[in-house]
Amino acid sequence: MTTLEQARPLSAADDDIGREKRLRMYRMLLELRLCEKRAYDLFLQNLVKGTSHLSLGQEAVAAGFALGMRRDDYTFCTYRGHAHTLARGAAMAGVLGELMGRACGVTAGKGGSMHLTSVEHGAMGSYAIIGAHLPVACGAAWSAQYRGTDQVTVCFFGDGTTNIGAFHEALNFAVVWKLPVVFVCENNLYMEYTPIGTVTAVAHPAADRASAYGLDPVIVDGNDADAVFRVAAKAFERARAGEGPALIEAKTYRHSGHSRADPAKYRPQGELEQWLQRDPVNLYRERLVTLGYPELDLRSIEQDTARRVDEATQSAKASPTPALDLIHKDVWANGGSAWRN
Amino acid sequence: MAELTYRDAVAAGIAQEMERDERVVLLGEDIGAAGGVFKATVGLFERFGPRRVRDTPISEQAIIGAAMGAAMTGLRPIAEIMFSDFFGVCWDMIANEIAKTRYMTNGQVALPLVIRTANGAGSRFGAQHSQSVENWAMAVPGLKVVAPSSPADVKGLIAAAVRDPDPVIVFEHKSLYSVKGEVPDGEALDALGAAKVLRTGKDCTIAALALMVPRAMEAAERLQAEHGIECEVIDVRSLVPLDTRTIMGSVVKTARLFTVEENPRLCGWGAEVASLVAEECFWDLDAPIVRITTPHVPLPAADSLEDATIPSVERIVDTVQRAMG
Repeated sequence: MTTLEQARPLSAADDDIGREKRLRMYRMLLELRLCEKRAYDLFLQNLVKGTSHLSLGQEAVAAGFALGMRRDDYTFCTYRGHAHTLARGAAMAGVLGELMGRACGVTAGKGGSMHLTSVEHGAMGSYAIIGAHLPVACGAAWSAQYRGTDQVTVCFFGDGTTNIGAFHEALNFAVVWKLPVVFVCENNLYMEYTPIGTVTAVAHPAADRASAYGLDPVIVDGNDADAVFRVAAKAFERARAGEGPALIEAKTYRHSGHSRADPAKYRPQGELEQWLQRDPVNLYRERLVTLGYPELDLRSIEQDTARRVDEATQSAKASPTPALDLIHKDVWANGGSAWRN
Repeated sequence: MAELTYRDAVAAGIAQEMERDERVVLLGEDIGAAGGVFKATVGLFERFGPRRVRDTPISEQAIIGAAMGAAMTGLRPIAEIMFSDFFGVCWDMIANEIAKTRYMTNGQVALPLVIRTANGAGSRFGAQHSQSVENWAMAVPGLKVVAPSSPADVKGLIAAAVRDPDPVIVFEHKSLYSVKGEVPDGEALDALGAAKVLRTGKDCTIAALALMVPRAMEAAERLQAEHGIECEVIDVRSLVPLDTRTIMGSVVKTARLFTVEENPRLCGWGAEVASLVAEECFWDLDAPIVRITTPHVPLPAADSLEDATIPSVERIVDTVQRAMG
């Protein structure tokens, strides 16, 4: 029993989501897209030194959830976390600067691409050990439950994560403690370089496991930002009402390889092209046009976003490298790293 | 001044902090209604209720991960890992997530949490329930590590650990749980990073930790009585931060250093102490530093074998006496 959430029929009345949110959604999708593209350009210029895992093609998941979140909600994500961190409101210059190892980076160059964090925006960290952040997200949700706030914790992870122990520990724990946490599996069909289906016992790696924890199996079209938004809103409402966790599987596709080192040659011919037909940014634009949003408004958002990405790039490039004394800072709460007297 | 067992002092320390601070919560396997497999949390569930004292599934990653997530969002959790050997199944959480996150986020994330665990040999439980793994934790930047040897210390150090703004691992020794000792009345609050000179002496320094402390003290009595050797015994208590000042101050006085550690030989905590003393007090030493350790083997289960494996009073006496002879 799988619930496939699809976009509802459109009407000129702009249905349940509304004009203001739709424009914000489009702006966010574009920002995530253009900023990721810029990150890729910066690799090619050798300005991004370490690895990087792009969300190109998966932007609708980040945008759809983020748009439904409250400012004080928590996001936990993986090393493929640029989009999620930006979607919560972290500055583009901070994200690009972090990738480039600059002082203006969101963690001043100490975390790097795989550990983007912006606590002031509720982006509680990007975690680079598969599965680790699911139990941590449970803890944040427990804290919200204990403190009596109705904050929701959203935890994003990839399809490969569903085969690691921490996934199963966290789901059981979250259900038993009835925690306000929403687990979101971004199923982009590949566990790094391997098709997820060849290493997973079930067809839908997250949804087919849901019943083991007494949860409803939910699958959403992860390339349709509106569909994602609606599924998210429903899960948030339940979580805030004290009805416990949700597990959502968003079907999507990454347009690039697993990381900067991966040309993704393992993909069957034509697969990428097929998914590009369902590019989440283009899909959204087409929808807005169909709904009668003026072309001029859309262009203005596009131009404005492109300009802001350029400005962020310039600002990151102009930022100095971090001061070397950062090496010895912030191991401890007192700001230092002393381990002896 | 009341006489408490080490296990009751653990519960008293936790209760004191839970009473004081509503943000302090406790989680772990069997810690609630059952009072803990070592009975170190007896009474807490009844006193503070299921909201603050929470039983968990046997899911060590979930326990430690949940403690981390709660700590970074405003609580002060105390997580119990039933046996320190089980750190192996949640080591990612401890060593990769908790230890590194403040640093990696450039100080954005605070992790005021405590992990308590039953450590060490003496229960004839075999190699997977008897290890001393405080040296694992000591090797990871970002973790504070204490291993109290007495009821008074365990109460005061648990309180200090709970109030510390950083992650602290408290290694309780399972062979000490039934040991009784005087615990001062009123609020207990010790300091992390402070060793204690338990016995003064002019001939040599013995640095010990946890269960090895009472053994070193007994050995020192015998060395004095039988061989006229006056040992200064230091309870190291805290591996991170490490009170090198107290240890080195003693070595400068006695010119001899012995470490007594339950860790297997390679990279036990005594190796770091020996290295620091060799580097900084070399000209104060009259003879090589001697490490008394468990041999580099997994622990055997049989009582006769286990007793012969971890450092005993006899072994400490023999080793010191021969080296000083």
